[in-house]
Amino acid sequence: MNLSKDQLLAMYRQMWTIRHFEDEMAAAYMEGKTPAFDIGSGPVPGEMHLAAGQEPVAVGTCMHLRKEDTVVGTHRPHHFAIAKGIELNKLAAEIFGKVTGLGKGKGGHMHLFDVEHKFSCSGIVGASFPPACGAALAAKKMGKDWVAVAFAGEGAANQGAFHEALNLAALWKLPVLFIIEDNSWAISVAKHQSTAIPDNSQRAAGYGIPGVRVDENDVLAVYEVVGEAVQRARRGEGPSLIEVKTDRLYGHFQGDPEVYRPKDEVAKLKANDPILRFGNQLLEQGMATQQELDAARDAAKADVDAAFAYARQSPYPAPESALEDVFV
Amino acid sequence: MATERELTMAKAIAEAIDQEMERDERVFVMGEDVGIYGGIFGATQGLYEKYGGERVMDTPISETAFIGAATGAAAEGMRPIVELMFVDFFGVCMDQIYNHLAKNTYMSGGHAHYPVVLTTAIGGGYNDAAQHSQCLYSIFAHVPGLKVVVPSTAYDAKGLMISAIRDDNPVMYFFHKGLMGLGWMKYHPRSVTPVPEEPYTIPFGQADIKRPGNDVTIVSLAMMVHRALDAADELAKEGIEAEVIDLRTLVPLDKETVVNSVKKTHRLLVVDEDYHSFGMTGEIAAIVAEEALDYLDAPIRRLAVPDVPIPYSRPLEQFVLPSAERIAATVRSMME
Repeated sequence: MNLSKDQLLAMYRQMWTIRHFEDEMAAAYMEGKTPAFDIGSGPVPGEMHLAAGQEPVAVGTCMHLRKEDTVVGTHRPHHFAIAKGIELNKLAAEIFGKVTGLGKGKGGHMHLFDVEHKFSCSGIVGASFPPACGAALAAKKMGKDWVAVAFAGEGAANQGAFHEALNLAALWKLPVLFIIEDNSWAISVAKHQSTAIPDNSQRAAGYGIPGVRVDENDVLAVYEVVGEAVQRARRGEGPSLIEVKTDRLYGHFQGDPEVYRPKDEVAKLKANDPILRFGNQLLEQGMATQQELDAARDAAKADVDAAFAYARQSPYPAPESALEDVFV
Repeated sequence: MATERELTMAKAIAEAIDQEMERDERVFVMGEDVGIYGGIFGATQGLYEKYGGERVMDTPISETAFIGAATGAAAEGMRPIVELMFVDFFGVCMDQIYNHLAKNTYMSGGHAHYPVVLTTAIGGGYNDAAQHSQCLYSIFAHVPGLKVVVPSTAYDAKGLMISAIRDDNPVMYFFHKGLMGLGWMKYHPRSVTPVPEEPYTIPFGQADIKRPGNDVTIVSLAMMVHRALDAADELAKEGIEAEVIDLRTLVPLDKETVVNSVKKTHRLLVVDEDYHSFGMTGEIAAIVAEEALDYLDAPIRRLAVPDVPIPYSRPLEQFVLPSAERIAATVRSMME
């Protein structure tokens, strides 16, 4: 693995940016919602799906991507958006419903669009696969070596859209990666209750494309596997399916009572926190000092704090602007 | 003269696509049987031979994948034209249309553009029954974010198709099977018209007065425009002059032409091959009630499919589809 110290520290910092962003969002989301939880109250209304614990997939993947590469995320999209390079201020402002947000407050947390960084996502499970195929098709037609990445949860691999998209991508040899985040839970339904095979990457065989499973929630393991798939796609050799075992530290949505989850599961997951493990790894291998790690973590926190301050002080859109932007 | 050349609607649509593909290399076609076959209803005939399989792509029967892919390709700057054979089949991929194609521009605050033209066939009258005979355009007109085009003649079809391809927004383009001029299906001869050879556009949101008249306004689109014109010919023999308005596009909708006509004729009949309830006829009636109620000399009337699936057997289907005779009879009753 040819990662420089700067790159490793950048990955570490980015993971912390995501984690701080999610933690700040968890806190902001609960403002005005206690003691009686009301989903529509407080500065951050609506549903909220946080990705704390799932940082390795986003960061390990997006380290390989350029601005011209397309990413289509899911209803749990913040870690992908941050890893793809979306401006934190605009991201936070959009989630607060402010006019300075990515979509002027019209999309919100599940519907983030950044044309400049070629990022989009969807609140519909399984919907990320077809448009990623389209982005890859466009790249091929335009003669570019761009790739497209569709992220999805393991529950989405049971959707028809997944199977149609894999077939189409394989048939047309599209430069697209299908990356499944297996956090074991589709809301409250465990993977073994919804999928007859333990490993979604096996499904690649049905379409004649490579399928790889990453069994550890480890940023470098993801980086290595995705790297091969990205190079393969850029060389015009077609799509790949990758499933990564990852951990959702919070509920499916904020406010989820998680009655379905074994009581000790989260404690075990936290003891195996992928960011802390990565930091320790860097220390052990002499790739970074504790001081450098702390500086990266603090810088990430400062970025997130600034973004939340920007979001909070940004104005709401004028109510009548609700009537704009249906068509361009 | 070139403008005297007559085309069927299918040939006019294919010619429009051809000319735009020639003009703009970002335009490409995909769908089921759009290649060598030339489209089941002939809308892409000749394109595969000229442009090959890279720009006229036959897809697997995977509507969610290829319509979603059109959205993704459009976001990257391509201009896909994507055909989904029958409008009746849209249920299999509705999510990619009404949750994504239609809404992403708005949710991006107007930053993301999706210049997709989605084409499909509508209409019955040839005994293909309930899963192959619907119109359903009102479902798509109901969801914000989709422009909805429904031509009735070859001339309109070409101009509206070129406008659709050049539009930076998603456009749903519905062609009626019984107007395409196919060799294997009876078609209304009035759909075959002179079509200029050069490219031209018809702006969206401009209804066409297909026949002027002073006694009653008949608003319609697609096949029912021709049925209304047939009825108007009969009524003229009795001294009743019907004004027949072809809406041409449902989104955007030309309210002004409809309202102005009713202010002149004082009577409104809306004719639709789509279902009666919660559809186009109700929409037009409501607009006129809101904006020209005081001008009406008779209650607004509607003729549409009476809220049953389209039946198979010939007498049953003929009973539910509005006919020229029923249109004429309804107008007569309004004149009393």
